[in-house]
This record gives sequence, structure tokens and C-alpha cells, in this order.
Amino acid sequence: MSRIDPNDKGSILAPLKNLQFFGRKAVTESLDPRPASANYRGFHLNDWEACIGCSTCQKVCDNAAITMAEVPGLPEDPEKGVRNLRPAIDYGRCCWCALCVDLCPTGSISLSREYVHTCTDPELDSYFVLPDSSGIHGVAYDKGWAKHAESDMVALERTDMPELAPEARIGNFDEIVDGYDRNQGIIEASRCVQCGMCHDACPTHMNAPEYIRAIWQDDIEEAVRQIYRTNPFAHTCGRVCTHRCETACSVGHRGEPIAIRWLKRFAMDQLSHERVKQIAAEGRQSSPSGQRIAIIGAGPAGLTAAYDLAMQGHAVKVFEAMGAAGGMTRYGIPYYRLPADKLDNDVDVITSLGVEIQYDTRVGTDVTMEQLRDDYDAVLIAVGLWMGRSTRVRGADAEGVHRAVELLRKVADGESIPVPKRAVIIGGGNVAMDIARTLARLQKRKHGQVAITLTALEDIDHFLADPDEIREAREEGVEILDARGPQEVMLDGQGRATGLRTLKVLSIFDGQGRFAPKFDDADELVHDGDMVVEAIGQAADVNLLGEALTEELEWQRGRLRVDEQLRTSADWLWAAGDMVRGPDVVSAVADGHRAAASIHDHLMISEQAA
Amino acid sequence: MRPENYETQRQPPSHEYELNIGPNHPGIEGNYAFKLRLHGDEVIEGRADAGYLHRGFEKLMEGRLWIQNLAITPRICVPDPVPMEISYCLAVEDLCGLEVPERAKWLRVLQAELSRLAAHLFTFGGHAATTGMYTPMFWGMADRDLILDLFEELCGGRVYHIYNIPGGVRRDMPPGFIERVSNTIDYLESRLPDYDNLMFRNRVFVKRARGVGVISQQHALDWAVTGPNLRATGLAFDVRRDDPYLVYDQLDFDIVTEDAGDAWARALVRRKELFESIKIIRQVLAKLPEIEGPIRCPIPNPLAWNVPAGSTYVRMESSKGELAWYVVSNGGEKPYRTHVRGPSQMHAVQVLEKLSVGCRIEDVAQIMFSLDACPPEVDR
Repeated sequence: MSRIDPNDKGSILAPLKNLQFFGRKAVTESLDPRPASANYRGFHLNDWEACIGCSTCQKVCDNAAITMAEVPGLPEDPEKGVRNLRPAIDYGRCCWCALCVDLCPTGSISLSREYVHTCTDPELDSYFVLPDSSGIHGVAYDKGWAKHAESDMVALERTDMPELAPEARIGNFDEIVDGYDRNQGIIEASRCVQCGMCHDACPTHMNAPEYIRAIWQDDIEEAVRQIYRTNPFAHTCGRVCTHRCETACSVGHRGEPIAIRWLKRFAMDQLSHERVKQIAAEGRQSSPSGQRIAIIGAGPAGLTAAYDLAMQGHAVKVFEAMGAAGGMTRYGIPYYRLPADKLDNDVDVITSLGVEIQYDTRVGTDVTMEQLRDDYDAVLIAVGLWMGRSTRVRGADAEGVHRAVELLRKVADGESIPVPKRAVIIGGGNVAMDIARTLARLQKRKHGQVAITLTALEDIDHFLADPDEIREAREEGVEILDARGPQEVMLDGQGRATGLRTLKVLSIFDGQGRFAPKFDDADELVHDGDMVVEAIGQAADVNLLGEALTEELEWQRGRLRVDEQLRTSADWLWAAGDMVRGPDVVSAVADGHRAAASIHDHLMISEQAA
Repeated sequence: MRPENYETQRQPPSHEYELNIGPNHPGIEGNYAFKLRLHGDEVIEGRADAGYLHRGFEKLMEGRLWIQNLAITPRICVPDPVPMEISYCLAVEDLCGLEVPERAKWLRVLQAELSRLAAHLFTFGGHAATTGMYTPMFWGMADRDLILDLFEELCGGRVYHIYNIPGGVRRDMPPGFIERVSNTIDYLESRLPDYDNLMFRNRVFVKRARGVGVISQQHALDWAVTGPNLRATGLAFDVRRDDPYLVYDQLDFDIVTEDAGDAWARALVRRKELFESIKIIRQVLAKLPEIEGPIRCPIPNPLAWNVPAGSTYVRMESSKGELAWYVVSNGGEKPYRTHVRGPSQMHAVQVLEKLSVGCRIEDVAQIMFSLDACPPEVDR
């Protein structure tokens, strides 16, 4: 460094030394247009193929510069978590901080290496631009600041759920999943970006973003309040819901989706049952309406409708054929997935509102539909799917061949069932997994070892069962063989089942999408087993309707025909749940709400008319 | 702060007259006004009139998520944005108890010193221009642009970097960055003799700057003067050395002081600090390849980030002086209160008002530039 004496007076000649710069090239000389540096934060690029319209960019934007614009013609599928919204940027507000890029769940947004926004095109004479991947001026500049592992701010990893090890759970029916503790719950809830894709995907449109946020804020009561707004089967759905919300979760596009189902369970487990009952009853209509409603079947659909109607002040009576409420959630789902006391809590919340359940009463024999029609202002039928379907292969009616739903019902009811040394299960859905794992536990207790083979038509990637179920079944020793079609049940001399013969499946559907499986005759296997269980689907038992009513009502492909509001063709009868929609707890809950709303509207209108 | 708001307008005596410098005036830094009462060429009274750049940042920050405030911080002081970002991050890190990785600390020092170089080059230009010399301004701006090129490469933004976030920095250096920084600072160092010939050995500049706007050391302390302005009164105080943050305690550099306390001494301190910053950057560049590891510690989802309740006061040495943040959190996802203790407010308001009394009209602009006050930071 050249030394400068502070007392130096300076020289008049010193500046003249810089005359040497007269010949130097000016630094202000104009440059040709060039792209900016590789990380430049220029104008937005958005890959519309990757963008799902989740609006996280809008939420993190510092300056409210982003508006989600609806783009007609783009795919829109709530179940897959895709909206036809795309971010439009107001460059009068944007500060080019690129937080939208760093927090984009899919990584579709990036910033370009384009420096200048000047445009003579009157179409673009605006600061408000809907960017796609071609750049705002249609000139292809490369990506500048884009999604990068270092700057990614999306929390991609899920908080691990503690659960029993396979060895510890196989000999008993203890609940497998432990549930989150308070810390884990809050951390998992903090991953949510509040996009609401889960809300859109959920059949009953649960306020998942709201209750997740309440959990994050450590306000469990608010979380439970939000849960009860749309779902009185909170404990049940917190454990066994098919969680379509998680399929749609925007964070799941690059990472693991938020554990929405476990968070619901977490919130419910944190709060005392008494407080849950108080919260569930908030907003209840205090004066009775004077209307009486009969509901047939105390399953999720029937009891959800009962809950809604009781909240609106109607008198509700539920007729249940079994000795306990819950329907298939009690008699179809094993205790290791849904402990009975948790289901009891859900039912207790509903009965505490004054809903009366008359157990061990089979409509059709103990009381007729006609009596109900005459005694009540409206009747809802929600009896579920209780008859197991048969494969109808040769030998399917032999001794030793069972239907999964019937075995599961007996186990749940405490009845004893034969426990085979070796069992073969037919089916690849959750019911097949349930019976396989239930039998595995019983085998372990009785015979000390598990010997179960599960065969399904589908290949493993297209199983209807949850991936978790498949994983856990394998951990527990169930052998799973995919793409195998049952041909016949092998019999011994006394006509008892000794195994199942299967062929390799080549394809399940024909060109028109009809069910027409094709098999490879060369690839044949015989699976030994002294029990064969069919778990290929269920049907509704509609004998309760009686002949006259069955004749009167309209039917569609074997199912009771209902309109959008779940009204049957009789003006006093509604139908909901599995029997009209197919097996799924949360869809049944959604149906219950819909039926209740329809019944309520009907009753209010007829009251005004009268 | 507009004087009209709290004081009835006085009619000046007949031998006095009023002159407004600013808010739009080449002799004022940015959008800032200074009202003079003059008797002939002599200033009888000067009143600062700030507020033209008031954007309400401190209040605005209370309504935005912790992470969203990052975009505001560099805008508080445009010529020297990096210390604003870093000190806000240090405050949030302090409240959250985040452990910043070693590499991020060194990268922050690198930015802070590059930013100081850019800010000083900017100030030379302004100071020289107020004495009628425009060439140093052109040179200063051109050379500063080379540093902005480096910032563009590092973080994608030339002026508003938004490169630091609580927990570290957003992205690592691009490949070859160390070499390019090294080339640029070599070039800048080679330019220093040219600046000296043009400005610091120039009889005209020396004569104009010497003895103007003198602050005694006692006054400097009384008036909360900090940074190069304080060091120009002979007091060797520098937050980097006296209350070290980041990795300044591992770096070898001198605290530059001058004794005279006038505009000349202040310019000279900055001139010598250029060299010290270059020295620091060289050490950082030598050290960076040895430090591996992450550039950021894990942070929560920015949309669900509660900062634990508490308050913190974090200070740094910016090119203008001591810069501090007082940040209060009530445990929520937004700050309860933030306050910037910017150095420029003291320099541009009370110090300038006092120094201008008795000086000649042509020196007022020079005094302001020699104090290196930054109006956007005064107003915030």
C-alpha cells in the first residue's frame, strides 16, 4: 500500500499522472445482450407440466406479488393433487428474492438469466405476467436460480412413526403403531405448507390444513374442533383411513407427504375423552325439531348421519343388527389396526348427543321397513357390505373354504374360528391383508409358526392394499404371490380343502377395460393349505328391504340407485355408505354428511310446506 | 422529523436567508433534505429534514414471517446491504439458538468485506464529486461494478443479495469463484495508487477537505459517532475487533485511525480500510477451501417457523459504522418488534446539524459525504 501522510499537503501535479488513462477503453462501453450469471435471479419460468397449482409460492411471497390464476384446459384432479391454477407474477411487487423457488414443493418454478424487461409488444405492456417455461418475453433464456438441494426449504422427510417390531406384534392383537409424542407431532405438523390439496382430495373434505396448523401451534383443542367439523369418526379415521389426502399432498411430490392421518390420531389421543365430547357438541341446536329419523346400521355412514342430524336437533334412532356399533370398522378391521376402545370413544361421542342405538335388532325380521316408514319422518339405510363374494372356482363351496369378512367378524365378536396349519388367501386388498395377518397371529399363538400364502390377480404395484399393509404383512411372515389367478380349490378324499391351484396372470382386463383375465397355462402352482380364504370383495345384504320394497325401488348394477343427494326412488328413504359407494371409511363418513344434509333439507322444506 | 411539524415558521432576519439542499439536489446523498439558514456564505443553522425515504420497514417487518423479512433487510442500506442481512440473521439465529456452520461464517465475512469495499468506493466518488472532482466518482462506480459482478455470480442479485438466511447462506460458491474474487481484488489493489494520485495526493482535494467538519474525540463519543468517522478522531474502536462476531477473531487486520477528525481524516480512514478489507478477503479466500461441510444448518419450514420468545441485540461493523438490530420475539411466526440501530441516523441528523454551523455553504455537501450517511438507512 502506498503510504499517505495525513499531513501531506498533496501536489498539484499528482492527478496529472492519471493522464495515462486517456487512451484506455471506456468501461461504460455498451455490451451485446448476454445472459446473466448461472445463479441469476431474473424473471420467472414455470414448468406447467410439473406445477400442480398448490399456491405455496403465493404463500411465501414477501410482497403478495403472486396471484394464482385459473388456466382453463389444464388438468385438474383433486385426488392426485393437481389444480389448474398457475402463478401469475406482478413485477410491480416482485423483489426477486426467489423464496418462491426455494419453497416450491414440486420444483417447477425457477428464475431465468434474463436481465431486462422491455417490450414493445402491446400484449405484454404490463408488469403482470403469467410465466410458463418459455420465458416472459418468449425468448429462451436458461434457468438461473432454480431448485437446488442446498437452497431447498421444503421439509421432505417425514417424522418416523414408532411402531412395534414384527417379533413383538405377531403373537398378539396389540396396536402396532405407537403414535407420535407431543414433540414429534409438532415437528411433523410444521412440515405442512398449507396448500389444502388434502382438503380437496378428502372425500369428506376435512379441514386438514387447519387442524395441522393448530397442532403446530400446540392448540390441540382447536385441532379437535376442526376435525369434528367434518368427521365424527376421528379416532377411527386417525388410524385406518385410506388417507387420500396424503396421496394428494404437495410435499409428497418430491418427498414424503405429511403424515396427515397420524396427525389426526395424534390430536385425538392428546385430548381427554370428556373434553372431546364437549367440543363435538359445540354448536348443537338446543331446541328439538320434533322430527324423528330412523337409521339402519350403526356403521360410519349411519352414525355420521346420526351425529349431524342430532346436532340439528332431530331425534335419531339407529337400528343395529350386531351387539355393538361401528359396522365394518368394528367387525372387519382387526384390533391391531383399530383398538376397540378407540372405536368405542367415537361411538360414545355420538351417543352422548342423544342418538339412541338399538342393538341386536335386525331390520326385516325384528322390525320391518314398512313399520319404520310409518313411524319415522325419514329413514336412512346404511347397512354396508357384509356378504363376502366368492371366486366361484371349482371347489369354492367345499369345507375349509371361507369368506374373509365372515372370519373377521367372528374374531372381532370373540367367537372361535378354526386355525389352520397352512392357509391360502385369495385377494390383494386391505381385507385380504387383514385376514392374512389375523390368521398369522392366531397361527403363531396356536401352532407357534406362521404359514400363510396370499395370492392376488394384480401385480404387486397394482395391489389395492396400502403399501404399509403389504410391508407389514411381509414382516409378519405372510408370503405374498402377485399376479396369480385362482383356478380350483384342491380337495382331499373327504371333500375338504387341501390347497389352491393358480396360474400366472398375463392380463386382467381386455381392450375395452372389461374384467377378462388371461392366464399362462404353462405357469401353474399349487399352494398347500388346509384353509382357503376368499377376500375378493363384498356385497350388500338387501334382504331386509322385503320383496315389495325391493320391487318398488330402482336399482343400478345390483346396487340401490341413489341420486347425488343419496335419495332413493322412495321419497322417505335414503341410502348411504359402502352399500352405495364401495368400501372405505372416510367415503362412508362423507356419505353420512351428505345424507344428513339431504334429510335435514327435506324435513325443513316439508315442515314449511305443512 | 419535518421541522414544520413541531415548530412555527420563523421569519429570518433581513440579513439572513434560507436555502434548501435537497430533497432533490446533486449535493445531497439520496432523498434527503438539509435546510440551511445563511448569512452570506456562512451557515448559521442547519436542520436535517429526513423522511423522504421512509418505507416503514421496522413496522412492516412485524407483519411478515421471519423469513420474508430477509427481502427487506438489504433495502435498509442500499450501498452496503450485506451487514444488514447478516446482522438480522445473527439476531434470529441468536433467538433460535441455531448453530451456523463454519463454512457459512467464512462466506459471510467474505460478503461483508466485499460489500465494504463496494460501499467505500461508492463514497469516495460522492465525496470527490462534492469538491468538484467527478473522475473519482466514475472510477469508483466502475470498480464497484466489478464487485457487483461477483455478487451476481454468488447469489444471483447484484445489489439486493438476499443471500444470507437464518442458519447460514442459501447456496455455496459457484466453481472457480475464489479465483475470480482473487483476480478482482488484485485488480482493485493495483488501482489504489491511481486513486491516491487522483484524490489523496491531490493538492486541491487535500486543501478542500482538511479542517472541514472537525469532530473532536469527546464530541464523537457524546454524539454516538461510530465507524470510520469515530476512528478518524483517533479512537481505535471497531466492533470486528472489540466485540468479534463470525470469524473476525481469527483474522489478521489493523484498525485504521487518524487523529484530525476532519473530512480529510475520514476519507483517509476509508481509503486505508480498503486495503485492510483486501487483506481480510485474501485470508478468507485462503481459508475457504480448507473448510468443508454444510453452508446452512437445518431450519424449520419457513411457513411454520416460530422463533422462541425473547429479545436480542446484535451488532456489526458496517462500512458506515456500528450497525445493530434489536429484535423482540413473542414466540410467534413474525417478529413482535424489530429496531435497526443504524449508524447513519446519528451522522446524518445530529452530527451534520452541529458540524454545519459556522461552515461555508460549499462545504455542507462535503461534510455530509465525508460522514458517509445513508439516507435510506436513516429513514428505514
